[in-house]
Amino acid sequence: MSAYYLQQLLNGLMLGSLYALIAIGFSMIYGIVRLINFAHGDLLMVGAFTTLGLASTGLLPWWAIALLVLVTGALSGITIERVAIRPMRGAPQVTGFIATLAVSVVIENGGLILLSGQPRTFLFPEIMRSRVTIGPASVAAVDLVIIGSTLLLCVLLLLFVRGTRMGRAMRALADNLLAARLMGIDVDRTIMAAFAIGSAFAAFAGLLWGGRFGQIDPLIGFAPGLKAFVACVIGGVGSIGGAVLGGYLLGLAEVMFVGMLPPIYSGYRDAFVFATLILVLLLMPNGLLGRPEEDRA
Amino acid sequence: MTAPPFLPGPKAALAMLGAAAVVAFADLYLSTYAVTLLSLVMLNVALAVSLQLTNGLTGLFSLGHPAFMTVGGYVAAILTYPVRRKGFMMPDLPDWLATAQWDLLPATLVGAAVAALLALVVGIAVLRLKGHYLAVATLGLIVIVRVVINNLDGYTRGGLGLSGVPRLTGPWEVLVFTLLTVGLVWRIKHASLGRAMMAMRENELAARCMGIDAFALKLLAFVLGAFLAGAAGALTVHLVSVITPGAYGIPLAFSLVVMVVVGGSGSITGAVLAAIAISLLSEFARPLEEGLELYGLSQVLVALGLILVLRLRPTGLFGSREPAGLGRPRFSGGTS
Repeated sequence: MSAYYLQQLLNGLMLGSLYALIAIGFSMIYGIVRLINFAHGDLLMVGAFTTLGLASTGLLPWWAIALLVLVTGALSGITIERVAIRPMRGAPQVTGFIATLAVSVVIENGGLILLSGQPRTFLFPEIMRSRVTIGPASVAAVDLVIIGSTLLLCVLLLLFVRGTRMGRAMRALADNLLAARLMGIDVDRTIMAAFAIGSAFAAFAGLLWGGRFGQIDPLIGFAPGLKAFVACVIGGVGSIGGAVLGGYLLGLAEVMFVGMLPPIYSGYRDAFVFATLILVLLLMPNGLLGRPEEDRA
Repeated sequence: MTAPPFLPGPKAALAMLGAAAVVAFADLYLSTYAVTLLSLVMLNVALAVSLQLTNGLTGLFSLGHPAFMTVGGYVAAILTYPVRRKGFMMPDLPDWLATAQWDLLPATLVGAAVAALLALVVGIAVLRLKGHYLAVATLGLIVIVRVVINNLDGYTRGGLGLSGVPRLTGPWEVLVFTLLTVGLVWRIKHASLGRAMMAMRENELAARCMGIDAFALKLLAFVLGAFLAGAAGALTVHLVSVITPGAYGIPLAFSLVVMVVVGGSGSITGAVLAAIAISLLSEFARPLEEGLELYGLSQVLVALGLILVLRLRPTGLFGSREPAGLGRPRFSGGTS
């Protein structure tokens, strides 16, 4: 494989990791409450600015910052659930979408008011920017950190969902919420946990996103959030494995689209992603790993 | 009752005359700014009511109105643009377009038809699925339309936008369009078509069991909404004389949804009143935002207000109803 293709492959894996991290939360939340959380992408912004704020104090080591970002993300997710989603439970589905859309508007414009729309420079420590050579290609260390930490978080999540009581409760809720409640599962707590985990992942993606691209502003979460949803749909909404798979596929496809076609098309990058969404919905509405939803009376 | 009531009820007729009187008064005595503001408010009313058809009556959740407005606006603007400036502004146009300079009405109709065609393609792909996919697909559609227009700069001048579009739209054209839109949606709502739509919104499975072709009905509501949005976009462009790829974006999609929800999903009167109130409110909030240098404040307030409405009065101001006396007294219009 030539250096160029290996380079593109690594870029695709890096981008795919970020999409996967965001998509996992979308999928967990959708799987349980059947709701697309439009505010989910904005947690990326929350994570990125939390990181920037903590790093600029210079007091904390990076592992502590990463931990605090995860906690902030989880708390934000819990807040969103309490303010905008729990009160709407039982209302028509559309009500829930509109509520999360409103939350997203509040977060984005609140960010613009409090943090101003000026993009800010975001610097990872020097060592992250050093180049690492892999065969014929060379990548920034941060790319490897992104891919590595994503895989680590995925494995941890898998162990959690398969092996703990709470994880089992989540799967039961996703299967059949009513039956799960009858079995004595605390529905409120489980939904809150799903929001906390999904949102923590999205905020962590924000830390990595800022570190990789070097500039952040209050609206950075919007586009990756939408694209992560596309990744979810490709993989099959509601399936965590599907979200990861879809994230990587979308990341690779997007990088290939930009890297392999003549440069005049690269302006169409975002259009390509959403055209893929519509195509996937047309051909395989349940995605790669999703289960068909039957109509229940 | 036997004959279908083509004429509005007494109160509705009064409201229409009132609207015409306001337009006449503004046209005669008020500043250009006030007339333009009035026209934009009326266009928002038309947009909210057309979204009411798609989202409120049929229970879809489309955010695509801004995309359809952009498409309708650009298509119509290219058709009406002065020929002598076309070569300079849009060098890639084929000859038959480069030498065409249409009137407002045919250009608006073609713009709306292109928007409807786009909706047809997207709708066929997405409407077979559960409603929430439509929300994301239409959000994606806004992005696609913006990106494509940005990149087709030989036709659209890309990110610079088209300026100097002839000002062909006046308040009277807008008034006629708005009344036609409201009338059309009102007729649909109170005909069997509208009742089928509302039945589907309440329980799709049950509606299908009663013989309603859910897919066709959804497609109709989506495409018709897009047609009206495209026409509104075309009229807006010829009112303000400029269009840019990002002029109608996600904030607009959000405000329109807010108008529908606050007014009450399915209530045309509600959508009209909410559209008037919210458009005027955000217009008057603008100097406040500039004074305090808190840009985006009005959006935050609208969003928080929306969450409050959803929590306290989930059905909006009017629910699905219309106030008594607006229509003929044969069908009250509620779904309860």
